[in-house]
Amino acid sequence: MLAADGTPLKKSLARALRMQKIRALLLIAPLLVFVLVTFLAPIADMLFRSVENQIVRDTLPQTVSRLSAWDSDEEELPPEEVFEAFYVDMVLAREQKLHTRLGTRLNYEKTGLSSLFRKSGRGIGRFDTDVYTDALVDADPSWEEGATWEDLFSNAGVRSALPFTASTWDRWSAVLGADGKNSSEEDIEDFIVTALYTEVSKGQGAGVDARVDQAASAFAGIEPISIRSQFADIDEDWADPEVWRTIHTYAPPYIDGYFLNSIDMQKTPDGIEQRPENQRIYLMLFGRTMFMSLVITFSCILLGYPVAWILANLPMRTANLLMILVLLPFWTSLLVRTSAWKVMLQQQGVINDVLVWLGMVADDGRLVMINNQTGTIIAMTHILLPFMILPLYSVMQTIPPSYLRAAKSLGATNWTAFWRVYFPQSVPGIGAGSILVFILSIGYYITPEIVGGTTGVFISNRIAYHISSSLNWGLAAALGTILLAVVLILYWAYDRIVGIDNVKLGG
Amino acid sequence: MKVVPALLAETALSVPALPVLADGHMASEMTIVSWGGAYSKSQLRAYHEPYSANTGVEIINDDSSAEAVAKLRAMNEAGNVTWDVVDVVAADAIRLCDEGLALEIDADTQLAAAPDGTPASEDFGDLLVSDCFIPQIVYSTTFGYRTDLVGDTAPTSVCAVFDTETYPGKRSLEKRPINNMEWALICDGVAKADVYDVLETEEGQNQALAKLDTIKDDVIWWSAGADTPQLLADGEVVMGSTYNGRLFSVIEEQNQPVAMLWDAQVFDLDGWIIPTGLSPERQARALDYIMFATDTQRLADQAKYISYGPARASSAPLVGKHADLGIEMAPHMPTDPNNAQNTFLYNYEFWADYRDDIDAKFQAWLAQ
Repeated sequence: MLAADGTPLKKSLARALRMQKIRALLLIAPLLVFVLVTFLAPIADMLFRSVENQIVRDTLPQTVSRLSAWDSDEEELPPEEVFEAFYVDMVLAREQKLHTRLGTRLNYEKTGLSSLFRKSGRGIGRFDTDVYTDALVDADPSWEEGATWEDLFSNAGVRSALPFTASTWDRWSAVLGADGKNSSEEDIEDFIVTALYTEVSKGQGAGVDARVDQAASAFAGIEPISIRSQFADIDEDWADPEVWRTIHTYAPPYIDGYFLNSIDMQKTPDGIEQRPENQRIYLMLFGRTMFMSLVITFSCILLGYPVAWILANLPMRTANLLMILVLLPFWTSLLVRTSAWKVMLQQQGVINDVLVWLGMVADDGRLVMINNQTGTIIAMTHILLPFMILPLYSVMQTIPPSYLRAAKSLGATNWTAFWRVYFPQSVPGIGAGSILVFILSIGYYITPEIVGGTTGVFISNRIAYHISSSLNWGLAAALGTILLAVVLILYWAYDRIVGIDNVKLGG
Repeated sequence: MKVVPALLAETALSVPALPVLADGHMASEMTIVSWGGAYSKSQLRAYHEPYSANTGVEIINDDSSAEAVAKLRAMNEAGNVTWDVVDVVAADAIRLCDEGLALEIDADTQLAAAPDGTPASEDFGDLLVSDCFIPQIVYSTTFGYRTDLVGDTAPTSVCAVFDTETYPGKRSLEKRPINNMEWALICDGVAKADVYDVLETEEGQNQALAKLDTIKDDVIWWSAGADTPQLLADGEVVMGSTYNGRLFSVIEEQNQPVAMLWDAQVFDLDGWIIPTGLSPERQARALDYIMFATDTQRLADQAKYISYGPARASSAPLVGKHADLGIEMAPHMPTDPNNAQNTFLYNYEFWADYRDDIDAKFQAWLAQ
């Protein structure tokens, strides 16, 4: 069969459909791109932070590669060559001001490392390693010039014979290059000479190049300097194997440490174990968040159901008027509503004053209704109530009143008619409202922060703390990931038990 | 985006009479971040207004200092720093400096000397706690109490906070370990000089928490500086800790029956940092502003509007009367000799190390 223009009808139809699909896709494209760019990408980026740990490897590349051979179970310090690599890494990190950033990162795992790295950044320029440089410059003053070194490391034979020094030189050139400087025009630094010493003194590179041999003979008479004790002079913590174990444990570029931390576990040399009892907090907070969100959801159902029922059964005019009252809180700032609860609930507040005036409570026995779980539940129920009432209302509106009348005319009592006929039809509204309220309340943090005191705060308050105060974004991301996973699991369970098809936001 | 300032700079060179860019390679607009409220207002009147009048620069205020560290880090990662000068507490300045997010400043060449020629590094002295930080004010976290609720004997010592028999009723403390742990140890008999040595140990931390545990049921924990003044005004608490400037305004501006308890006040610093990653024009403008806003007279001027002590030694004699209330400000300064008989300096190094560790324990203790 052919279409009017002579092409086969099937082909012509397929083309028309394809055009339609492309048009549909183009229509939703702006939204799709918007959601991808502004919503999904940031979430993915944030989740990625919960396992990402490049900073140790990026800042201390040589140290990490040499440390991998060290048996961290031993009570001994890493060998001298690790310290030599650490010296080079630290000087380069300090040049780029990265050492304090690493210290902050490692301080999350071991207290005290923040100041240790800051202090070492200051002390590392005062090492005794200048004797190497002096010896070299005494032998031939041209060693002091960067150009000599540039020349030396353009020789492939030297590069392969002295890999450590060569890579140190390259990194140094790169760091200077980023500042717009040229390493061949700068004076040589002690740490590069030290790198050369560590290799040449072991006989590496002998006979490869005349200059290397010259360096070897210049170094010959020098008493070697222990870099390890140089570091121990800055701070004795460097002589503590525990510090090195921390660096060793957190060297991998991807780690599960943040996730362990967020379920009150920790990594130790003996494996994974629970944190000490006085530091466990997150599991309890997850549990509390779930429990209180459930309580809030149920109190929203209890309070919202009758309101929605009345709204649905009143004449349109009155219902619309009352609807404004339900929506009114939406138009008020969240902070204002929460603070208003503070004025109401506090011990010298409105409710307590009225109760004392009525003589229902004694003046010295005023009720504590805020800065605890009660306060959080009351304030959040109030704030989230519209999210329950609106779906309930729109579902109830679609339930024909004739069903109830039919039930009653067949002999049902008021209760039976409601429970057997009306209620089952309103369940989709309850489902939709509950999901909305529950998921919103799980992520709430401003209201619990203001009225929650110590027993009414949620896991989100800790997430906010780690994002804005402690700057431990990795841990915040891990906590957030777990929260997201819990919500998805609950959603899945809800779908299996109740069925998501049963959820209705409107008629 | 980068082309525009470059073009503007070009124009400024070729047409020097252009009014907006009269002073060469500097931006004509800057965003200054601070804490908001009365504090920002004092900066507006003491620094921003005269600076704008002198230079024609338009200053935009952003009240984001409470989240400054996190936001600066995010801006830096995004490669788009929109702030020019940021007001932060010293502990945050140290962290920003550590993270490479704040510019290092050389006090002697980049800040104004005192009128008598004393270099800025000496004038600020020990208060230059970080290479990136230019101190502006000394403030203290201290207690205020309701004069009508404490009975006949007004408290004179910080340990009144832990004495629920003599002073029954609620007290408000900040919902974080910093300061509270120190006060707890002092009132548990630890000498002031030993506090941080004790607090370094597990036993010391437990000792402090045990002391706090004795009043745990009587504490309302605050997280915003405005909470305690409000709780005091409402009579919710008998005494509570907050920043001394907040208490000044409750007592002098709102005339509430509240008095200061200066004992064991903890000194802390607040000041400026300049973010890294600014364009040369904006950085030059920020440095120019800092040079102006932290000179001796400007720091003294700020004390006309708020009861925080100027960070320069040379500013202290210039502190005068409150601009609106007309009362002498010197007796309300935390640094006034009468108020500073027993003081405590926040130990930045200690808290930079122990903050996360002790906070975890403190929060776990709170949640029990």
